[in-house]
Amino acid sequence: MATVELLFSALPEHVRTARLVAAAVARRAGVDEAVLDEVRLAVGEACSRAVGLHASNEIPTPVRVVLIEEEKKFSIEVGDDAPRAVAVEAVAGGAAGAAEEAGADGDDEMGLAVISGLVDDVEVTAGESGGVIRMSWPTTPASVVP
Amino acid sequence: MDLSLSTRTVGDRTVVEVGGEIDVYTAPKLREQLVELVNDGNYHLVVDMERVDFLDSTGLGVLVGGLKRVRAHEGSLRLVCNQERILKIFRITGLTKVFPIHTSVDDAVSATD
Repeated sequence: MATVELLFSALPEHVRTARLVAAAVARRAGVDEAVLDEVRLAVGEACSRAVGLHASNEIPTPVRVVLIEEEKKFSIEVGDDAPRAVAVEAVAGGAAGAAEEAGADGDDEMGLAVISGLVDDVEVTAGESGGVIRMSWPTTPASVVP
Repeated sequence: MDLSLSTRTVGDRTVVEVGGEIDVYTAPKLREQLVELVNDGNYHLVVDMERVDFLDSTGLGVLVGGLKRVRAHEGSLRLVCNQERILKIFRITGLTKVFPIHTSVDDAVSATD
């Protein structure tokens, strides 16, 4: 079962809330303080991308964020309901190239580029019923206070 | 925290001081500001990011869009940033090669290369 599950209307103003919740749960799970900025940024990127996909496909369902505290790692899944014809998306052209596009697609690719640059353990999948970005970070066990 | 924007003129440069969070929600405000400045004939921009707490790819896209606009008028867009967590985002996306990044507004304003 997820430690915390968050559903939010696919609107840009709620992405900040998702970042704050994810960072708070990650901190509690034992993710290193130095890495929390990366968690915040990666979740924000994944949620922004999902919001964009829902908006461009006119999908009324919420964006899903699942935060899972496991024994030695903390995982985040960000799911959208935007159907894709292709099974797995590829990041092409690099971030700078993507940015030059300056459109929604460019932002989308740059978001993925940022995530893959930030997170070592990341998996992006997509199919007919939507897509999921899975990311995880190692956790350090709570220090024993003498 | 929301986005704060203020502009001032230093010589032939226009300094845009940005504060708060630049994300998918607030980035359109920054885009509007940059577009307005360029439409008003300000082609040499310095974006001071010292008070920015958060920047994501949407914000990067807006900055790249601003750069494209000023370049169309043979202008420039320089950034001022000393914050490691913000600089890291420029590094992992390769945009440190695209933007001149300065350590102070004075440095950015006097740069001519």
